Amino acid sequence: MSNPYAKLPGWAEYGLIPLINLVVAFMVAGLVVLLVGENPLDAAYHMINGAFGRGEYIGFTLYYATTFIFTGLSVAVAFHAGLFNIGSEGQAYIGGIGVALACLWLDQTMPWYIVFPIAMFGSILFGALWAFLPGWLQAKRGSHIVITTIMFNFIASSLMVYLLTRVLKPLGSMAPQTRTFAEGGQLPKLDWLLAIFGLDIGNAPFNISFLLALIAAFGVWVLIWRTKLGYEMRTMGHSPSAARYAGISETRIIIVVMMISGGLAGMMALNPIMGEQFRMQLDFVQGAGFVGIAVALMGRSHPAGIIPAAILFGMLYQGGAEIAFEMPAISRDMIVIIQGLVILFAGALENMFRPAIGRGFASFGQRFPVAAQKGA
Amino acid sequence: MSDIAIELRGIDKSFGLVHANRNINLTVRKGTIHGIIGENGAGKSTLMSILYGFYQADKGEIVVDGKTVTIKDPNAAIASGIGMVHQHFMLVENFTVLENVMLGAEDSQILNTSIAKARVELKRLEREYALEVDPDALIEELPVGLQQRVEILKALYRKADILILDEPTGVLTPAEADHLFRILGQLKDQGKTIILITHKLREIMAITDEVSVMRRGEMVATRPTGETSVEELAELMVGRRVLLRVDKGEANPGAVKFSVKNLTVRDGRGVTMVDNVSFDIRAGEIVGIAGVAGNGQSELLETISGIRKAVSGSVDLNGTPIDMTGNADPRDLRDRGLAHVPEDRHHVGLVLKFEESENSILGYHHDKRYLNGVFLNMDAIRADAEEKIKKYDIRPPNPRLRTANFSGGNQQKIVLAREMERGPDVLIIGQPTRGVDVGAIEFIHKRIIEMRDQGKAVLLVSVELDEIRALSDRILVMFAGRIVGERAPDATEGELGLLMAGVEDRKEAAE
Repeated sequence: MSNPYAKLPGWAEYGLIPLINLVVAFMVAGLVVLLVGENPLDAAYHMINGAFGRGEYIGFTLYYATTFIFTGLSVAVAFHAGLFNIGSEGQAYIGGIGVALACLWLDQTMPWYIVFPIAMFGSILFGALWAFLPGWLQAKRGSHIVITTIMFNFIASSLMVYLLTRVLKPLGSMAPQTRTFAEGGQLPKLDWLLAIFGLDIGNAPFNISFLLALIAAFGVWVLIWRTKLGYEMRTMGHSPSAARYAGISETRIIIVVMMISGGLAGMMALNPIMGEQFRMQLDFVQGAGFVGIAVALMGRSHPAGIIPAAILFGMLYQGGAEIAFEMPAISRDMIVIIQGLVILFAGALENMFRPAIGRGFASFGQRFPVAAQKGA
Repeated sequence: MSDIAIELRGIDKSFGLVHANRNINLTVRKGTIHGIIGENGAGKSTLMSILYGFYQADKGEIVVDGKTVTIKDPNAAIASGIGMVHQHFMLVENFTVLENVMLGAEDSQILNTSIAKARVELKRLEREYALEVDPDALIEELPVGLQQRVEILKALYRKADILILDEPTGVLTPAEADHLFRILGQLKDQGKTIILITHKLREIMAITDEVSVMRRGEMVATRPTGETSVEELAELMVGRRVLLRVDKGEANPGAVKFSVKNLTVRDGRGVTMVDNVSFDIRAGEIVGIAGVAGNGQSELLETISGIRKAVSGSVDLNGTPIDMTGNADPRDLRDRGLAHVPEDRHHVGLVLKFEESENSILGYHHDKRYLNGVFLNMDAIRADAEEKIKKYDIRPPNPRLRTANFSGGNQQKIVLAREMERGPDVLIIGQPTRGVDVGAIEFIHKRIIEMRDQGKAVLLVSVELDEIRALSDRILVMFAGRIVGERAPDATEGELGLLMAGVEDRKEAAE
């Protein structure tokens, strides 16, 4: 009764429904393309080709996907405890400070494999601290996490403007960014990984933080389904009253979960800062924290769903840029509309087709629990 | 014009597996006050929600004033002349009385015209029914008694001829309640029909003309109030089901294992739910707490198991005094040998989305035997779950199955297995057989007796009087948050029924 929708078999729940949502999103996006007088099939071709057509394009797609895996995991971890962390954006932004400080400190004296773990530790620390405050406010003062994390995004944004124009900017430079890191602050590319498949990475910034993202995804799976903390988180997320009955401290869980969520968001900063720009620029997060919400929704908060969802959004980013380049009538803003449609259908309207599909299954036969229950 | 205000014919409503209303027939005559009584969960509120258009009945028809009507939403109910005063007021706190009364019934797009009209109409209603309220007072500044009056005015403003009041005195002081009854009397004299839903027998006896009794989703009887008695109603309400036979030997009570001392609990609104309650339970005995649901039993259970904080009072568990006003948390109590089978297994005792094996460790997940450091030891957890499944005959015997897919009886067995297999010294059980099929009831009762015979102290709370009488070695009766009496299990049903209805209470008040 707590779930208003019929329970579907796994393959429909995790495969069919996301697929239908996606197809509808692309159909509506196609209408938008028609509206500006371009051929939607051409646009689709450019999107797919732009995302996967060449080794370099694939490299870019996976580079974006890396970022979205981190932010998607960040949102998903909080989801499991029933918390809606809208602040991954700000947490990733502040996490960048940890990365930048490690690089600025060690890049000229140490090789990347020494700097990388320290930068990782820094990103987790700063991201977690930025999430700690909203978590503490929720746990101790009852301030709603959605509101506080949104506000902390704005605070992070202002703080970074201050830091990048006053504190971390080299003297005499006119750009709001740190100095460019020496070799120790640059992550190696995963050219060899693409080379296995006979692909040339070209200029794509696809780097080893992708592997870290995969490890993080596995770590999140272990955390949620194989640890005591994950068990307590899920209990609280599903039923706060059962958590109280079991003697699980709500305060502790909220704060710890928010810090883990913030740490994961913070790790995202490694990818653009050490993997692409080799410096910390103003606004380097570029909305990846918000995309993480859509990724987590689409991936049903499961790491195995988050990775493909992140690659899909990587494709939209990379392929979208290609459309804008190849079809001048479609501006960058149009691409944002198309991405927005995917988020709308895959995320916000996630339940739109579910009742109909559920009814379909229920009338299909007695093989499914729903139908059996109704007959009882 | 007939003299029947409302007739319900064969109303039937299920929510999933819960059959909330079964083939209900009800006739309410015009210009009368008709009481509907029944315990919490008997289906009264569901029935009224159907009448007011919140839910649609699965089967059956509603006849209002001789015409068959379809009430698909509250607007349709209002159009048929039905008004409702909810248990929890539906008022906008920071609006004035006038604004609340006209909200949703504005008859012009220009607000000022509506306000002027509404003010005139409200004045007329106030005069006609002697319902004085300052139309410009803010709701949040009014006492609850007056807020309720605003709810009644709202219904009258919408030209309601039939008023439904859902547990109207729950939030009122006795003086306010008396005032409300006077108002209802006046409304009746003016020709309005009133349906009063309550579980308080005294109110029924005081003001109704006719009374219908609901039990377990069924309408079991309708009586003219003058021809019935509190005793009869109590019996009808609690129900005289086939006496459950439980093979039970003599109790051999030992030393006191658990005592509750001067426990007082208030709810979020500051209403006292448990009022200075003290009692002892000895090893090897079952103490049952009888009472009509909603008289503080739930709060008592939640408090002594550490879920809720007390205002004052303490417990002695195995000789260790524990202050219940501070941080007596459930985990600590569990470690000290207290096990708790909560009343609400769906929201408290289990996480329905979890696998069976995950629920079989809920609350005991700190135990080293289920863990490898910070990791869950899945093999140990599943092996443990399988053992319990075998011992308690939980079906289907699959520890990986989602808990929501088990039947009520099997879900309850999951909870019982978890709490009993720990070998606690004190076992607190709330509603052990609510929503449980007959076969499982017998099994559960047997297990509870076994726990007693192993020398555990058992506290049993149930709204099923038969169950209390069959299992308990001593019976405490709870009414309005207090223990009003103690009886042996061979006390007659009538005797217990009177205590449960707080009738002794009335005698004392009269003296």
